Amino acid sequence: MERNQTRRQIAGMRQSLFDQGLVDEQFVQLEELQDDANPNFVEEVATLYYRDSSRLIQNLDQALEKSPLDFNKLDNYMHQLKGSSSSIGAKKVKAECTHFKEYCRTANREGCMRSFQQLKKEYALLKKKLEAYFQMARQAGPSNATCRPK
Amino acid sequence: MAPQQQFHVLAVDDSIIDRKLIERLLKTSSYQVTVVDSGSKALEFLGLNEDEQMDQDVSSVLPSDHQQDLEVNLIITDYWMPGMTGYELLRKIKQSKSLKDIPVVIMSSENVPSRINRCLKEGAEEFFLKPVQMSDVNKLKPHLLRGRAMEDEPIINKIEATLEVI
Repeated sequence: MERNQTRRQIAGMRQSLFDQGLVDEQFVQLEELQDDANPNFVEEVATLYYRDSSRLIQNLDQALEKSPLDFNKLDNYMHQLKGSSSSIGAKKVKAECTHFKEYCRTANREGCMRSFQQLKKEYALLKKKLEAYFQMARQAGPSNATCRPK
Repeated sequence: MAPQQQFHVLAVDDSIIDRKLIERLLKTSSYQVTVVDSGSKALEFLGLNEDEQMDQDVSSVLPSDHQQDLEVNLIITDYWMPGMTGYELLRKIKQSKSLKDIPVVIMSSENVPSRINRCLKEGAEEFFLKPVQMSDVNKLKPHLLRGRAMEDEPIINKIEATLEVI
């Protein structure tokens, strides 16, 4: 009984990731690459993503403190962040990366600052939700690996 | 499929996430995979120094050459990388006598028609938009099979030439 409840909970958490626009179809693609031999693939990718993104966000933070802003450099960092966000299916973060890049293109300092604040919010939310989701899935045991419901 | 028959793909990408993804995609297709994080490392793996381009003699076409234990049957590379871009890597490969027949595929997060055309013109077999998916990786098979068919040709010609002499 308890198992079914947990399963429903996990499925619900997964669904809300999509419903809230946090992840897109690419996330599903990652899930489909999971199998018995690679049961934690999605979580592994997510972990790499957190590590890589936090490095880039830190670089961006530092670069945004400079005056004048090096928009090329900023665009460069953001290009990388957009790329990895896209690869993991981080829909909202990716969209915010696009906004930021547009502000870089027009050398809009204010726009960059605002956009970056928003991006950090989106990123933090996504990370929180994903971590909670994976933790729940792990607690439920190996048979509940974060695969698509059959 | 006997292990020697497995295709070996060399993947090049500076992004750690994309390296993990492409590796998984390729392994799911039962390819043997080597992943490196830069163009220069790719050339190193292929046994080609950056300065060395032409003048590889015919014998280096055979897999038993140099540090490479395994023949590389296809190279898939990201376009935008610091240092050497995927395009530059493609050019070096196509300019090398020993490597020019290895099919090369380019991946990019940006859909830029002029970029795509330039790569295809330079000899890339395919251009995949990122994020790369299983449906893209499925397109690699014909290029790999064609490569293998071409490989057998020079050996057959050699055998025939030898038989004529006897």
